[in-house]
Amino acid sequence: MQGIIKGFQQLLKYPSAVIGLALILILFVVSILTVIFIPRDEAIRLWRGGEAIWGQNPKTVPPAWTNLFRSKKLPETIVLTLNDEATQTEINERSEGENRIIVYSFNYTADEAPQDVVFSFTSRYATRNPFVSIFWITPDGREIRLMEQGINYNFSYRATQDTKLSRRLGGLSPEIGLFDNPETEAVDILKGQYQIVVDYITFENDSSISKADVILHGKVYGLFGTDHQRRDLTIGILWGVPIALAFGLVASFGTSIAAIIFAALGVWYGGWVDELIQRITEINLNLPVLSILIMIGTFYSKSITTILGATVLLSIFSGAIKSYRAIFMQVKESPYIEAARSYGASSSRIIFSYLIPRVTPLLIPGLVLGVPSFVFLEATLASLNLGDPVLPTWGKIIYEAWGTGGAVYNGFYYWILEPAILLIITGLGFALVGFAMDRIFNPRLRDI
Amino acid sequence: MSVTTPDLEAPPSVPQEQTTSPKRKTSTFARVAKYTLLKMVSIFLSVIIAVYLTILIANMGGYVDQIVRGQIREFIGQQLRADQNYQQMDPAAKNEFFLAQVERAEKRYGLDKPFAVRSLTFLWNAIRMDFGTAQLMASDTGSRQVKLIILDRLGPTLLLVGASNLLLFFGSIALALMLSRSYGNFWDKLIIGFSPTSSAPSWFYGLFLILLFAAVLRWLPFGGMIDSPPPRDQLGYILNVGKHLILPTLAIILSNLFISIYNWRTFFLIYSSEDYVEMAKAKGLSDRDIQYRYILRPTLPTIITSFALLVIGLWTGLILTEGVFQWPGLGRTFITAIGLYDTPVIVALTIIYAYLLAITVFVLDFVYALVDPRVKIGS
Repeated sequence: MQGIIKGFQQLLKYPSAVIGLALILILFVVSILTVIFIPRDEAIRLWRGGEAIWGQNPKTVPPAWTNLFRSKKLPETIVLTLNDEATQTEINERSEGENRIIVYSFNYTADEAPQDVVFSFTSRYATRNPFVSIFWITPDGREIRLMEQGINYNFSYRATQDTKLSRRLGGLSPEIGLFDNPETEAVDILKGQYQIVVDYITFENDSSISKADVILHGKVYGLFGTDHQRRDLTIGILWGVPIALAFGLVASFGTSIAAIIFAALGVWYGGWVDELIQRITEINLNLPVLSILIMIGTFYSKSITTILGATVLLSIFSGAIKSYRAIFMQVKESPYIEAARSYGASSSRIIFSYLIPRVTPLLIPGLVLGVPSFVFLEATLASLNLGDPVLPTWGKIIYEAWGTGGAVYNGFYYWILEPAILLIITGLGFALVGFAMDRIFNPRLRDI
Repeated sequence: MSVTTPDLEAPPSVPQEQTTSPKRKTSTFARVAKYTLLKMVSIFLSVIIAVYLTILIANMGGYVDQIVRGQIREFIGQQLRADQNYQQMDPAAKNEFFLAQVERAEKRYGLDKPFAVRSLTFLWNAIRMDFGTAQLMASDTGSRQVKLIILDRLGPTLLLVGASNLLLFFGSIALALMLSRSYGNFWDKLIIGFSPTSSAPSWFYGLFLILLFAAVLRWLPFGGMIDSPPPRDQLGYILNVGKHLILPTLAIILSNLFISIYNWRTFFLIYSSEDYVEMAKAKGLSDRDIQYRYILRPTLPTIITSFALLVIGLWTGLILTEGVFQWPGLGRTFITAIGLYDTPVIVALTIIYAYLLAITVFVLDFVYALVDPRVKIGS
């Protein structure tokens, strides 16, 4: 035990190990905070939520902070509602129903047009549906008519898909045309105070409007951007941290500890026990582990606990058990083991109190170095669409970005790079610490 | 993929005791042959066990039976379609006749027997590479036979594995030797500094390589093995395949190079402090001679063992790499099969990977026997 504590103290002398420890610490803090502030059920609900939860987000846009590095600033999402302070409503009673004039105003400062301009209404009526006209007033005072039509209970109007409007705007796509300065030849976004006037007429006394939102979907969003389902990637990226850490640590600890126990049992009892363990190891080396995990994922369950269990089972009898065995063979002959035997120590006492603690210094580096490969294994399985069915993981984000999202072909690089860079950080943290530990605890490597 | 710390007590699976009595010395060839034969038997046994385990895992949900049942239905359906009498029956009778035929065939195939017996039949089929017919997928020639689907795709995978492994093996030995000679200098430290990067699998490097060289710079193709349409002349064809081969090979090499160099350099360093190397230096032999005859030679068996472990990880690690690069090999077929839930293909590919692993182990063991003096001199 003393040796291990000393080893850890030595670790702080290696700058690479200190960086690694800092990275691991940050990841731990992030995962604890994530689990506290976004509980598991909430994360699952949000990640699996559809248009109802994420409707106001833009589709596949990079994080907002990328604007810091852009010469042309991209817009953030603007949502205007009836209850905003800047929204003015004027109601004129009619003999039957009312005429409501809603004026929204907003200040537009970005250098590019938004992704989308969407109007979404919810109204109440019995038989005669309300009639809506929408006008767009630019900072230079032009008034553009967007649409005029009767609407049903839930109605939404996407200016972007309005081909007639596009024609009136000189062939420009509406979301650009509405913000373009017509004076200039090229597309030039006009900045300043815009107004939207919604003229809402009802034909029944009971009829009223409960929601009238204007959503200008931006081209950047939040800390991590959004994906093709308009989900905030923050949820997936943050929840990926505890999952990756848990998977890597549990798999690596489980595998190494089980391997060392089996190696010790084999060496101590010798004979058929040793023979059996060695044969199992040889067969296991011939097993295509990843394909078997794929079979388990496809045929039984993709749940992360099943995959974790299978991974540990398949990784116990690997190359590591051979090197532990070689070390135990030497340790078994040492005088202190003979002393223990002569005072009548039981086999289990010798194995667990004398043999195993002796090799713990060698176990620790391997254990830490094993974490990244298991973290990447989870990502590999998830990228084969065999990730946990409900929880968001980094591998699943990469799978969606690469496969369905077409991130490479469409240039949504942030979508792949975010989970990938986090995987690198996790791997690097453990690898840096592990390599430094290897040098400290493995005396034969120390001089080299 | 996995970081293997150099296992210094590497257990060479060769006889430990050496008797040097010259009378019992048979020819080198006979010894290597005997060693190889023994290895072959032991590997073959472990393959059989691996395949049987695969069958057991696949059958836990009754999937292996499903393959046979599907095959029977397909076969009988085809047979009856050609039958004139059957065509003239009314639908109800047709169905009844079909089901009766299926039931009889299932009995003939032994589906009514207990699983223990059936699993042996399937094992025998698997060993003969008879994997039945795919549920949805088809080979290039349009056949539904799983064997043909796999044979179609074997070539590209072997090309990729061969190209990357050869480069990796010789490249890392050469670099490791170079570094061990001048250890502690800038390049040595740089390579050691990079060795943690090997914990990422090759597909992961593939993502970045594609982003950089295909998407941003547009120098190399995004994936695939050949342009469409392929070039007419043979030379153009080869060059075109070569162009497509660059990125996946690079990805595989990148993910394994640094750790191999690190491990092997450590071996070389340990061996270069041996007394006989000092002796050779004292005799004034050239650096080159010392490296090849006194350092590389004794370390080669250990290096081959560690390379074997690396290649074993590489085979299945290739599945996603092929997927990322759209390389038309076994891995991409595997991904397609997972997507389609095509059970026979998934089981067959798992078994094929077991075979490929065994062949790799065997080939490397054979090379091991050739270079390890302990096997040559014999016990």
